[in-house]
Amino acid sequence: MAASAAVRASVTFTQRLVRVSPDCSICPLHRLNLCTGSAGASVSAPSVSASGDCQKEETQEQVVHVVFVDRSGRRSPVKAKVGDNALYLAHKHGIDLEGACEASLACSTCHVYVKSEFCAKLPAPEEREDDMLDMAPMLQENSRLGCQIILTPELDGIELTLPRVTRNFYVDGHVPKPH
Amino acid sequence: MIINRIVRIHILSRATGWRGLSSVSGPRVCVVGGGPAGFYTAQQLLKARQDALVDIYERLPVPFGLVRFGVAPDHPEVKNVINTFTQTAHHERCSFHGNVNVGRDVSVEELRQAYHAVVLSYGAEANRPIGIPGENLSGIFSAKDFVGWYNGIPANKELCPDLSCETAVILGQGNVALDVARILLSPLDTLKTTDITQHALKALAGSGVRRVLIIGRRGPLQIACTIKELRELVNLPNTRAEMLLSDFEGIKETLKDLPRPRKRLTDLLMKAVNGGEDKAEKSWSFRFSRSPVEVLAGADGKRAAGIRLALNKLEGSGENARAVPTDQLEDVDCGLIISSIGYKSILIDPAVPFDPRRSVVPNDMGRVQDTPGLYCSGWVKRGPTGVIATTMNDSFDTARVLLQDMETGELDLSIKKPGAQAISALLQTRGVRTVLFSDWEKINAEEERRGKPHGKPREKLLDVEEMLQIAWS
Repeated sequence: MAASAAVRASVTFTQRLVRVSPDCSICPLHRLNLCTGSAGASVSAPSVSASGDCQKEETQEQVVHVVFVDRSGRRSPVKAKVGDNALYLAHKHGIDLEGACEASLACSTCHVYVKSEFCAKLPAPEEREDDMLDMAPMLQENSRLGCQIILTPELDGIELTLPRVTRNFYVDGHVPKPH
Repeated sequence: MIINRIVRIHILSRATGWRGLSSVSGPRVCVVGGGPAGFYTAQQLLKARQDALVDIYERLPVPFGLVRFGVAPDHPEVKNVINTFTQTAHHERCSFHGNVNVGRDVSVEELRQAYHAVVLSYGAEANRPIGIPGENLSGIFSAKDFVGWYNGIPANKELCPDLSCETAVILGQGNVALDVARILLSPLDTLKTTDITQHALKALAGSGVRRVLIIGRRGPLQIACTIKELRELVNLPNTRAEMLLSDFEGIKETLKDLPRPRKRLTDLLMKAVNGGEDKAEKSWSFRFSRSPVEVLAGADGKRAAGIRLALNKLEGSGENARAVPTDQLEDVDCGLIISSIGYKSILIDPAVPFDPRRSVVPNDMGRVQDTPGLYCSGWVKRGPTGVIATTMNDSFDTARVLLQDMETGELDLSIKKPGAQAISALLQTRGVRTVLFSDWEKINAEEERRGKPHGKPREKLLDVEEMLQIAWS
């Protein structure tokens, strides 16, 4: 969907309404008690922060620094807010992270590797996320679905790496531990 | 004069599907097939090159391929990807041309003349035959056709499967097999509000099927389905699992050494042994290490009434274990057999290299063998396995390779290519009228309108003529 986000930028006549999954039971905001109730509302393009429209005041403490590392190793540091969804944050900043099923836990295209020291700071994946992760190529211990990562203050400095999805292993010969 | 020019440009743009100004000197790429592979390949090309024009040709008047016709009706979230594809189709440098049969209405060679590059993404529309006697009796269907029947593929609308029997046998243990089992056993209330075709809903409402056996050649550690689908079966209301404990001997000890996805899947399978509601009237079960050897006819000699299975022993272990038949046989009574052993690509144009053994277009990373300027992505490239995400990654790979060839000059972009203009003119002389994306949107609106009174997201049109009539209205 990041590619389509870029594509969207050049579409002159189409209005894109981002649809957030209407199923509260799978939305991480709901589970973290961060939902303001507006998550079900449509958000019009290009502001693709479908993070539940966190209505907290933007203070220094609310900023969460995130670094996306893309498939070529390029680092993109971005500033996010508490409550932001990592998938939509990626889209907002043109990071190449697809989200085919639009955060409804029906695909594994938003698969990311979480920098190890932050893994424990994320809530454990629910069964449905684990089921989808099982289908992701190059699964590792620190694999998570980007659409299920909601940023909290403890995650300040988190790094999310996009997996190399081709059959080739990493350039330096590193082979991820099979799972 | 100016008015004439404006009118002419309008007619030209309507005919070729142009919208807005486009670069006349950029690469023109043609994609054959309007399913996930085609759309994802197009998406990447458009994003990577601001001067690329991409045209997607699709045989049916309706786009989206197996996302529309393969994904189960009770998996609507998986179909969300249609929104991404719609965005791509709306891109000013992309145009969709439906109702064009490549191979019949226009040849691949003609496309190669008109475009700098042609990407074959036409998937796998045929069925792997089982290759046993009795395969052509009535009452036995390919999963491709059965799924096509409940998902509204026009060619399958007259399938009329007889669901009056008590036992149905499904050959194969992949996700398609599980989808079929689940649709056969789902409570009608669940299906009523999906986009399942109305005629299938009616047939299922009167179905006598109470027991579904899902049969595989190898063992529990080799099932090809994924955990999400198995979990849905395990959690299906009003059903119970009927598995044989003996099929799981020795499995428990191997669990800890298995890779995570296989471990979790096997764990769930073992939990399912004798699971579900005891009093449930419907049941499903997996039967392992069995290969079909003959479909047995009933008294009239015309209908399937049973299936003869050979028992296998497994040689080797893990994903590469092989099934070796023994001389032990087993007969199972059943009135419905659905063969879910794989889809198969076909050759659409003699000018395209084709590997008849693997039924794919031979290629190296998406570059078609011995044919510069011709590429492939999706199932026609890799074979018919994998979920949408798999095809997505594969399509991105092909796009990358194509873009690389553009950079290195392997594809000579200095040659001017006419693109859609030339093809549209050709099609016109052959009496072929295309369906534009905006025409599909009329079909889409009509389907949604028809679904409303039934409380369904849409009622799919089943007739190509009707689709065309609405598209061009």
